[in-house]
Amino acid sequence: MLKRILALLAAGAVTLGLSACGSADPVGSSSTQTPGTTGSLVIGSQQYYSNEIIAELYAQALEADGYQVTREYQIGQREVYLPEMAAGRIDLLPEYNGNLLQFYDKQTTARTPAEVTAALADVLPAGLRPLDMAEATDQDSYTVTRATADEYGLVEIGDLANLPQPVKIGANSEFATRPYGIPGLRDVYGVEGVVFPIEDSGSALTVKALVDGDVQVADIYTASPAIEINNLVSLADPKALILPQNIVPIVSDAVDAQAADVINAVTAELGMADLIAMNTRSVNEQLSSSQIATDWLRAKGLL
Amino acid sequence: MNYLTEALAWIADPANQSGPNGILARLAEHLLYTLIATGGAALLAIPIGYAIGHTGRGSGLVVGATGAARALPTLGVLTLIALLAGIGIGAPLIALGVLAAPSILAGAYSGVQAVEPSTVDAARAIGMSEWQVLWRVEIPLGLPQLIGGLRSAVLQVMATATLVAYVGGGGLGRFLFLGLKTQDYPQMLAASLLVVALAVVCEGLFEVSVRVSLARKAARSRSPQLIGG
Amino acid sequence: MNWLTNNLPAIWTALMAHLALSLPPIAASFLISLPLGWAAQRYRWLRFPLVTGLSLIYAIPSLPLLIVLPLILGTTVRSPVNVVVALTFYGIALMVRSVADALDAVPRDAVTSATAMGYSPLRQFFAVELPLAGPGLLAGLRVVAVSTMALVTVSAVLGVHSLGALFTDGFQRGIIAEVVTGIVGTVALALLVDRALVAIGWVSMPWLRVRSAQSETGGSA
Repeated sequence: MLKRILALLAAGAVTLGLSACGSADPVGSSSTQTPGTTGSLVIGSQQYYSNEIIAELYAQALEADGYQVTREYQIGQREVYLPEMAAGRIDLLPEYNGNLLQFYDKQTTARTPAEVTAALADVLPAGLRPLDMAEATDQDSYTVTRATADEYGLVEIGDLANLPQPVKIGANSEFATRPYGIPGLRDVYGVEGVVFPIEDSGSALTVKALVDGDVQVADIYTASPAIEINNLVSLADPKALILPQNIVPIVSDAVDAQAADVINAVTAELGMADLIAMNTRSVNEQLSSSQIATDWLRAKGLL
Repeated sequence: MNYLTEALAWIADPANQSGPNGILARLAEHLLYTLIATGGAALLAIPIGYAIGHTGRGSGLVVGATGAARALPTLGVLTLIALLAGIGIGAPLIALGVLAAPSILAGAYSGVQAVEPSTVDAARAIGMSEWQVLWRVEIPLGLPQLIGGLRSAVLQVMATATLVAYVGGGGLGRFLFLGLKTQDYPQMLAASLLVVALAVVCEGLFEVSVRVSLARKAARSRSPQLIGG
Repeated sequence: MNWLTNNLPAIWTALMAHLALSLPPIAASFLISLPLGWAAQRYRWLRFPLVTGLSLIYAIPSLPLLIVLPLILGTTVRSPVNVVVALTFYGIALMVRSVADALDAVPRDAVTSATAMGYSPLRQFFAVELPLAGPGLLAGLRVVAVSTMALVTVSAVLGVHSLGALFTDGFQRGIIAEVVTGIVGTVALALLVDRALVAIGWVSMPWLRVRSAQSETGGSA
């Protein structure tokens, strides 16, 4: 009985869903589209505004070179888009080398950007490869307010031992188990920490919690405009606890040598200051990703 | 479903059950959030629902307001309040209260409003004051609808209370998000199962109270066909 | 308000995607709930499992459901089909009770007369019970429609495009105008669909017009 109901339900819903999407979706960007033929690429982005801007850089550069581009931005997290990339439904997506490596290899011992990128080529599914990595990195950081840094004389992560233990850290919940999080903090620097989970990946709410004093330390990405705006201090990591997160475009076999050249040309210009400046425009001037991308590519002479 | 057995094993593991981050503590938090949010919404919505149902004035307002409130996306309300108010359970509790209010308001209102006019007139005819009409006739007779409203409110809030963990709170959502973010799907599924189990228990309690209130209503009202009306 | 003027095309796209994602589950849950609600009302022993049992679907948190469903359906997480099926489940959870209650409210006299006149059960349902249950069904459908329009936004967390994307993006960038636009857009769209349903009810149930006209003139001030 239940099985029949379920089957009926699924069938009905599927039919309706398909018919509605066929007629009512004006942009035609439904994911049921088949991947493009030669000269046509599907570009995706993470659900992260900064990542969307980078994806848009590649999209516009490729379009300028005559490629046809389909944009599939703001796709959830790795567990959502990586299977789709492996299945050939997305041809290009800007990634972060450290976290991507850790997604496939939780026990990785690679620490420097070069080591990480080298290891990456081995763990990616067949049909996917990394292109050149950028100088720009967007990595986790132990960040405190200027006032806290001055009061306790904080310069590097190990100095957190000066604070009352355990230190209260605002971060995503996974920070409690990741090697660069609580376990690594204890093993590498001898500091006891406890996570106050805020699931916004170090964005507005985490920053607010830090500035309001609800937490003493926050995990904020180094390319976040909030660091400069709020005069925050990211603590140095001399013992390389945190994996580097250089931007590295992951591409499918549909990306030929010519397209790879276009992509690498963009990546080569993408420095740390560039990334922070573009993120700041997104947050402060509230511009669309396409506007920010066009301005930057023009300024670099890539358009 | 391999995940399912793993999820059950995760729940059964004593290491996951006790302590400040254990299942029992999270379950209690979850229940507490649900109680506070639904209770707060009820304190506000029930008097308004009764007032409108009794006087008959502003019934268009109820329909409009409950409709609009139902359309409010909880995720959006939560993010908005959180951006304005910062972390802590304040923002999620308000968002959950907003989620609970329409069902309760509609339940209180429709319960009073659905009482047969002849019954109300009869109560007035035997000399009851308006307060007595409300207290002794309309509220008891409208109890099944109110409980129905509370019931759907509790169910909705309980399922949505997982979002409290999204902005720094506790509850069963903590397991859900940790499982989601670390690709620990058994843990994520276990969290969902716990939420559903909690809801089943609450539904059971509500079913009992509905039957009791229906029986009372049948005893009070002299016309038996009122049942289920 | 910078954000609003800078992103008008994106808002329009999100609105349309939102509609395309929410209308199919509203229709599907209504159609599927009709026979289920009828069975629950007709056979007393089915009422508890169908009405209470199905309403428990509402207790399933939407996020894990959207992740688990593809494993069962064989679709990808971002497939609209996945979202449509999940939302249909939630719609049924609300609607079956409404259908059963609406059929309950049909005067027994009318049903008995129809039986006495020799109506077949099927004809009796479509010619007598369904029209008389119309107002209750419409009320239930309006609740389902509005809730579904609001619930669609959750799928944004998984990268399915709707007005919900404005929440996740606005949350990260700390742009309040973006989040507010998402909320206002969702509510406005839901109320628009609600009005449309009322209009459909108005056209398809002409006898209601007479009754509401009467109650308006007869109502006390």
